[in-house]
Amino acid sequence: MNEFDYVRPSSMAAAFRCLERPGAKVLAGGTSVSDLMKLGVEQPCVLVDISALPLKDISVNGESLYIGALASNSEVAMHPLVQQHLSLVSEALLSGASTQIRNAASIAGNLMQRTRCSYFRDISFPCNKRRPGSGCSALKGVNTYHAILGTSEQCIAVSPSDLAVSLCAVDAYVHVESVQGGRRIALSKFFTAPGVQPQIENSLRPGEIVTFIEIPDFRRYRRSAYLKVRARASYEFATVSVAAATIDDSSRSAGIVVALGGVGTVPWRSRQAEATMQQEICTDAVLATFCDLLMRDADCRPATAFKLPMARTAIMRCIKGLVA
Amino acid sequence: MDVAINLIINGHEVEAMVDSRTTLLDFLRLHVGLTGTKKGCNHGQCGACTVLIDGRRMLSCLKFVAATSDMKVCTIEGIGDASHPHPVQTAFMKHDAFQCGFCTPGQIMSAVALLDEGGSYTREAIRERMSGNVCRCGAYSNIVSAIEEVLSQ
Repeated sequence: MNEFDYVRPSSMAAAFRCLERPGAKVLAGGTSVSDLMKLGVEQPCVLVDISALPLKDISVNGESLYIGALASNSEVAMHPLVQQHLSLVSEALLSGASTQIRNAASIAGNLMQRTRCSYFRDISFPCNKRRPGSGCSALKGVNTYHAILGTSEQCIAVSPSDLAVSLCAVDAYVHVESVQGGRRIALSKFFTAPGVQPQIENSLRPGEIVTFIEIPDFRRYRRSAYLKVRARASYEFATVSVAAATIDDSSRSAGIVVALGGVGTVPWRSRQAEATMQQEICTDAVLATFCDLLMRDADCRPATAFKLPMARTAIMRCIKGLVA
Repeated sequence: MDVAINLIINGHEVEAMVDSRTTLLDFLRLHVGLTGTKKGCNHGQCGACTVLIDGRRMLSCLKFVAATSDMKVCTIEGIGDASHPHPVQTAFMKHDAFQCGFCTPGQIMSAVALLDEGGSYTREAIRERMSGNVCRCGAYSNIVSAIEEVLSQ
């Protein structure tokens, strides 16, 4: 591991100053960053431990639920309001990692975690995400667990976060702050597909710190669930996952929101596809049309072709469970 | 870079200057001499290094010790000993919940934390909540039985 300076600022202003140092990187729970540093994938010169910043609270303001960036994955999963109104978020969190990791990992760190593509994590292989322009080893390598949606010629790595999939379904925002001030980014715009710049995974700018996650109108979800299909029963990343919720909302005529995980380079959702569905008429034909639209642009390889029927089955199971 | 740290380990205050790259796991084993906590994968995938940090189970291999400064750490050495074993340790012995024993300290620390976490205690739920601790000897069934017994006490 490379040498680095460790600092633990106690105020936002001090943290912003620390982040101005060359090669500075934010450290929160550390479960992802420390691992990637051991692998040599991340080589920060300064680790800015933000754990002393006042960003742990989970609170309600108006119709929105605000989750502090430093709340642990366990705290959020077990929070009464999350369990009552946002089962899909709680289930997504509890389906990820292990209790030990969920206790340490922060909620913003969960969103910031890097892909699990084994070529990205092994510095002896070319990887456009890790070393832009070096080539993608997964395109011609073992790519069974890679993406079929949002792919590019440069990268087919899957977005790893279960939480992100569930938050995508409920139109969450990521709030960020820097010395220039604050802004909020819709989750659907926070994550960026690889395109020709696979090294860029999100729209966070240098010097910005995620401060909290906002879930607007969080009481409007009547029923919701997170269905995760994976290679073993627990402690494994998703092969395919579905986050879905039914909405009681006169303006949206009892609709259903759905996001897919395990298949995309980013959490995958299509409002156009959702517009074809209503809770009252979830027949197999309606769901099939929805699946067709949602995965219209799928780019399967021989090893990943199984993901399409697997995702369709998972979507049907998840939605039928909600509207039954 | 050296960092000054100060933490409480098994009730004792420990002060040290450490290289910022030192993990809590290596600090416990190499600096403090507490070798009960095991280094399995060193990448957060096996659970052998599980300890309690401020009362919650976490993986010591994924924590830089500098980041645990001012915190309370409890290791396998802190919960009991041969003459006064923790109830979980007694149950592990009674149910033969190990073979080679390498994962056992992590399993026990995880189980000790599980007792405080509440929730469902079916065998299936225990397996799920212990899924972060891998046992290559496959003693899972007896581990679940040991935990089930302590939970029923």
